[in-house]
Amino acid sequence: MRVHLDAEKCQGHNRCYALAPEIFDVDDYGQAILLVEGDVPEELHDKARLAASNCPEYAITITDNG
Amino acid sequence: MTDTAKTDTASFTARIDEGSGNKIITIERNDETYDFIVGSAPEGTDIWQRVPYDVDDYGSVADFRTDFDHADPTYNPNAPEVWKELREGGCPVAHSDRYGGMWVPLTNDTVTEVAYDTENFTSRSVVVNVGRPGDRALPAPIGGAPPITSDPPFHNMARRLLLPAFAPKMIEPWEPEIQRLCQKLLDEMGDIIPGESVVDAAVQYAQNIPVNVIGRMLGFPEKDEALFRQFVHDVLERINEEPGTREGGDDLGVYIQQQIEDHRANPREDLTSYLMNVELDGNKLEDNVVGGMVILLLVAGIDTTWSAIGSSLWHLAQHPEDHQRLLDDPEVMTFALEEFLRAYAPVTMARLVAKDNDFHGCPMKKDDWVLLPFPAANRDPMKFEDPDAFIVDREENRHAAFGLGIHRCLGSNLARLELKVAIEEFIKRFPRFELAGDTRWSVGQIRGPRELPVRILEVAN
Repeated sequence: MRVHLDAEKCQGHNRCYALAPEIFDVDDYGQAILLVEGDVPEELHDKARLAASNCPEYAITITDNG
Repeated sequence: MTDTAKTDTASFTARIDEGSGNKIITIERNDETYDFIVGSAPEGTDIWQRVPYDVDDYGSVADFRTDFDHADPTYNPNAPEVWKELREGGCPVAHSDRYGGMWVPLTNDTVTEVAYDTENFTSRSVVVNVGRPGDRALPAPIGGAPPITSDPPFHNMARRLLLPAFAPKMIEPWEPEIQRLCQKLLDEMGDIIPGESVVDAAVQYAQNIPVNVIGRMLGFPEKDEALFRQFVHDVLERINEEPGTREGGDDLGVYIQQQIEDHRANPREDLTSYLMNVELDGNKLEDNVVGGMVILLLVAGIDTTWSAIGSSLWHLAQHPEDHQRLLDDPEVMTFALEEFLRAYAPVTMARLVAKDNDFHGCPMKKDDWVLLPFPAANRDPMKFEDPDAFIVDREENRHAAFGLGIHRCLGSNLARLELKVAIEEFIKRFPRFELAGDTRWSVGQIRGPRELPVRILEVAN
């Protein structure tokens, strides 16, 4: 599983940081930062899906592989 | 960092217009030229226009489809039913001739579309009322207008001045202080006799929390809280009164200027000092800009969070099963918090139509108002499963309580923290409570209980 963050769409709602702090951090302006490059560890898959399905701006997408 | 924050290609020139005596500022930025008038916004000018006003036009609403008025006293208490009825009756966008003309999108799609479209819809004024700013009112951060009322390209500069003060990592440390404040308010309710004592969860609790927190962040005297609340009430609730009767704003301007001068004489570490020292292109902000930002923080930070806290407690008073779940399983708060925000989103924003456009068959004219009811968008069945049900552990919840797009509520992290702590402390102290009489709801764009009598059934030891 891979997580993708569209920084242009992110408006700093901070939902991802609250739900999956292992995968997302936030900068000084509250914008999301993706911490996991490449494959997301198995144990974080649920959190990744949760973060993606709670972003009000649809800035997070998940792909299975690639 | 995005490059839109840069202003290195901007230049400013000022001149006095001989006819009116107004100061005109011309801004050239990125090959575009903007002309703005600096002045004190007299009515009927390019800066401020009042709409034709007749008090008789603002009577009871008979049909929300064609005569929508969110200031009708029946609206806020019944808003979810109004949205549902309109949507199910095939009315995705309501209209009204009030306020000089107003459109009200009611579906998630139409609300989202307006929120994202900053070309056709301007944020020059975000509270519908009987006056509106003209084309040449100066935007932030050059004028006194804060980022909530500015559009691209100026919006981003103004917003970035404030964002760092409200980033999650700046807000998190306030949690223990907010807990203490909530506990103090609960202590002040005095001796509670379970099954008998009635407290007002809005007046004695919810309304005091955000005003105290923002006052402390700004470094204003605690004794002045009532003054802020009165001012916010005037701005948000008395929207359909004769222009000129809402005089509180001038007093607040004077008060804030005194606070700025006090901070200048006695520098200290707080949000007011931060705003006075923050630099834009190497220059500190003028006092009127700092004042505009402070007014934004007071108006946007007080009624809103107070309403969210009150509505959440109103819900819990009627749903002991949700209350019990939160006590048994405190972790569920992660989802419950967002469900409170979705189901009881307090904030409806507004836009002005920037240019004539056809919006899904609605002939929108320049300067018409567009109400943006995010709370209605949050209960659209096309977007949320079983939207009128409160599901305490709803896992997928892309609600729009804090808006969508570039104007996402700047204080959302603070609001969330206040709401979470306020609910946690209240239910910890009072494990059971119920409604005890009539709830009085607010009037206007911010929806929440203003009087909320509840009977305490159990007190924790």
